Amino acid sequence: MGQNTVKGTDATFVELIGSSTPTLVDFWAEWCGPCKMMDGPLEEIAGDRSEQLQIVKLNVDENPSTAMQFGVMSIPTMIIFQAGEEKKRLVGARSKAQLEAEIASFVS
Amino acid sequence: MAEKVLIIGSGPAGLTAAIYAARADLNPLMIEGMERGGQLMLTTEVENYPGFPEGIMGPELMDGMRKQAERFGTRIVSSDVTKVDLSERPFKVWVADDLYESEALVISTGASARWLGIPGESRLRGYGVSACATCDGFFFRDREIAIVGGGDSAMEEAIFLTKFASKVTILHRRDQFRASKIMAQRAIDHPKIEVLWNTTIEEVLGGDLVTGLRVKNVLTDEESVLPVEGFFLAIGHDPNTKIFQGQVDLDASGYVVTEGGSTRTSVEGVFAAGDVVDHYYQQAVTAAGMGCQAAIDVEHWLDRTEA
Repeated sequence: MGQNTVKGTDATFVELIGSSTPTLVDFWAEWCGPCKMMDGPLEEIAGDRSEQLQIVKLNVDENPSTAMQFGVMSIPTMIIFQAGEEKKRLVGARSKAQLEAEIASFVS
Repeated sequence: MAEKVLIIGSGPAGLTAAIYAARADLNPLMIEGMERGGQLMLTTEVENYPGFPEGIMGPELMDGMRKQAERFGTRIVSSDVTKVDLSERPFKVWVADDLYESEALVISTGASARWLGIPGESRLRGYGVSACATCDGFFFRDREIAIVGGGDSAMEEAIFLTKFASKVTILHRRDQFRASKIMAQRAIDHPKIEVLWNTTIEEVLGGDLVTGLRVKNVLTDEESVLPVEGFFLAIGHDPNTKIFQGQVDLDASGYVVTEGGSTRTSVEGVFAAGDVVDHYYQQAVTAAGMGCQAAIDVEHWLDRTEA
């Protein structure tokens, strides 16, 4: 796990996404090749924008009920929450530049 | 200053080309693309890559190749190429607004999963529609799903999906599979697998999530609805050559044409290797072999043109 991202679990999830800071949750698993591509970009964005955005990594293998609850059916899926509410959902891997564009309206 | 060699794509072909080119002091630049590592990143256990007697996970194999390429000095850009101009040398390659120039070019962009192009398919992608059983099968525990295809990969994926799903229906437009006998039999005999022959899919149904498929029996023209929560595609691959159209010779299916026995394309200084060329073998090890050939072809060509 990276230094800048937070490890989420089924137990801590509600509290994490309830934060007033926008929270991007990355649903991932060890066996998912495309998920690994997101590690670098997410880690960098989490470092660059630590004041504006919280990035949570949730392992769907270890935390199936949260993945289930949010209807995740493909990974990587990234969901942006604000005060506990889902604001945006991104399905599939993206480059850092594409991610920056997708989160721009939440971190200005 | 132009690069000596630029490699587009980072599957086994591209990475092997990079390893060889780097060791030949050509200081290669690789644009690895968003689908880094290529199709092997979407597989689980690879049991036929020589040197791994117990098998190796696809993503692990690709990580190893990438590290090996970097160890010899390959520089890697992690984005997709958006445009190329191969009309004169040095060749021009754009990644959005960034321009790279290179004397020689290796095209190793591989192939990507084919889609049916039917209504509902792209809208419900990620919401029950998937072209990657190994990525998404997990989410269909105890659900009924369908998969379309008739080749070895379709059989393999159908069997893989039975680990999660309560029932897997294979839909095939003909009355027999193209898959090898052993794989086809393994799928047909599986207690959780049912086969619907002579069946085409007309539409993926569902609002926010897949709820079923509208299917048609091609013999009777009868339409019906198959209720499933997941729909997987395994109907083959198309070469990733869109950006090269009109610049280098492609065959009728879009594969890059190479001169018999070499990796030379119709454009001098442009070489191609792997699944972007090969619609027949399509193996990790054949792609790697072609990547090696491409690097050697590049080296010899640079020697000749510089001399």
